[in-house]
Amino acid sequence: MNCPLPQAISPKSTQFLPFYTQIRTKSSIFDCFLRLNLSLMSIFEYNGSAIVAMVGKNCFAIASDRRLGVQLQTVATDFQKIYKMHDKLFIGLAGLATDAQTLYQRLVFRLKLYQLREERDMKPETFASLVSAILYEKRFGPYFCQPVIAGLGDEDKPFICTMDSIGAKELAKDFVVAGTASESLYGACESMFKPDMEAEELFETISQALLSSVDRDCLSGWGGHVYLVTPTEVTERILKGRMD
Amino acid sequence: MMKIDLSGLEASAPIKGNTVDSRDEILGVPSFALPTTADFDGFQKAAVQMVKPAKGTTTLAFIFKDGVMVAADSRASMGGYISSQSVKKIIEINPYMLGTMAGGAADCQFWHRNLGIKCRLHELANKRRISVAGASKMLANILYSYRGMGLSVGTMIAGWDEKGPGLYYVDSEGGRLKGTRFSVGSGSPYAYGVLDSGYRFDMSVEEAAELARRSIYHATFRDGASGGVASVYHVGPNGWKKLSGDDVGELHYHYYPVEPTTVEQEMTEVAVA
Repeated sequence: MNCPLPQAISPKSTQFLPFYTQIRTKSSIFDCFLRLNLSLMSIFEYNGSAIVAMVGKNCFAIASDRRLGVQLQTVATDFQKIYKMHDKLFIGLAGLATDAQTLYQRLVFRLKLYQLREERDMKPETFASLVSAILYEKRFGPYFCQPVIAGLGDEDKPFICTMDSIGAKELAKDFVVAGTASESLYGACESMFKPDMEAEELFETISQALLSSVDRDCLSGWGGHVYLVTPTEVTERILKGRMD
Repeated sequence: MMKIDLSGLEASAPIKGNTVDSRDEILGVPSFALPTTADFDGFQKAAVQMVKPAKGTTTLAFIFKDGVMVAADSRASMGGYISSQSVKKIIEINPYMLGTMAGGAADCQFWHRNLGIKCRLHELANKRRISVAGASKMLANILYSYRGMGLSVGTMIAGWDEKGPGLYYVDSEGGRLKGTRFSVGSGSPYAYGVLDSGYRFDMSVEEAAELARRSIYHATFRDGASGGVASVYHVGPNGWKKLSGDDVGELHYHYYPVEPTTVEQEMTEVAVA
């Protein structure tokens, strides 16, 4: 199994690295987790994000905020956090933006290889296992990302799942959330979600849940981005939101 | 004979005072119980971490030809969580003087109210209103007496006195600065950017109010810890007046309207796998 340990580096060269690089290159895992817990703001909250996916009747929706920040400083308000893997498969990556983009590129690479070899699209369940395996490869120096996967499987059965940064899958029948606004997203989804919603109602619900959640979070918001996927069509909408 | 009020200069000893009579309790220097611990600094450090909400803020104030303009946002946050979007960060000390709030919410509220009491007592004793310089110095001296004990206050005292408009910056480190243009809080760099580029001394009240509002808006846009409502106050020869309180959520689309766009790409049939 390919499970490399991070290289230990000399203390002298550590000194001049930014703090997040230090976390990734430390040789002791205890040291690594200790730093994550003790640091004033976790590296997962460095850029800020809010991602949610919901299941409806033969459809699903996945939504994210649009902010890219450096701690409290807002750098961009048109940042992409949800990626389309194929027509019926989407992944949202919350957490450290640089790791999200790298991880996305690796996933695209693996997905294309699969497509060439198998001559078919990957099922959401299989894709989730692939993401999980790629994340666990970096068990001792993880990507600081929390993925949300949503797709339509065999017979257009909706599939949603999330996992932690080292690939522990969490399957759900109703909704999954990730990011700095996850606590408020849980609250909003818990109270707004109904099973078996039709596409338009699902869009309204996920949008309201997202917008009300990010209004309680300093690090996410500045607009929303929603994908609504049914067996026949994909709808993408940009949401107007509070810009503070 | 005029009685000089020196209460601001008294060392506000927070200790002792086991026998506080009821008169002292209101008029005297407030006294606080100290924790009975050998390691006061360590205790203080831990305690400060526990009571430290309302960190992110944008407040500003500037002097121009018609008085002082004071503006602030209204967000209170605890870490990444927004605990309130409707905080009053501009404190009305008396009809001629305003204070702004940045840092610890409780510290700012308490010491501004305390300052309000002292200013009123000064007025009663001397039959004239206290100067802005005097009031700000009173506050600065009190804060200095608590230096190192964990108070967190960053404030501007703005008002109108016999000498005209006055503006001072006072903080819990003991600093007190006189000036014509200040901004305090995590959003202040953004506010300064707009304020400095748009400031002229001979602005009208309307122009100044718009500049203040725009500065707060831009700060709330860039700073994650600022937001809510942008309130603007003006202090003139006849005292302060609240000019506006605009929800920043609406202000953004007022400054940058979104034109309705046509669908860039029509929805297409998804190929069956």
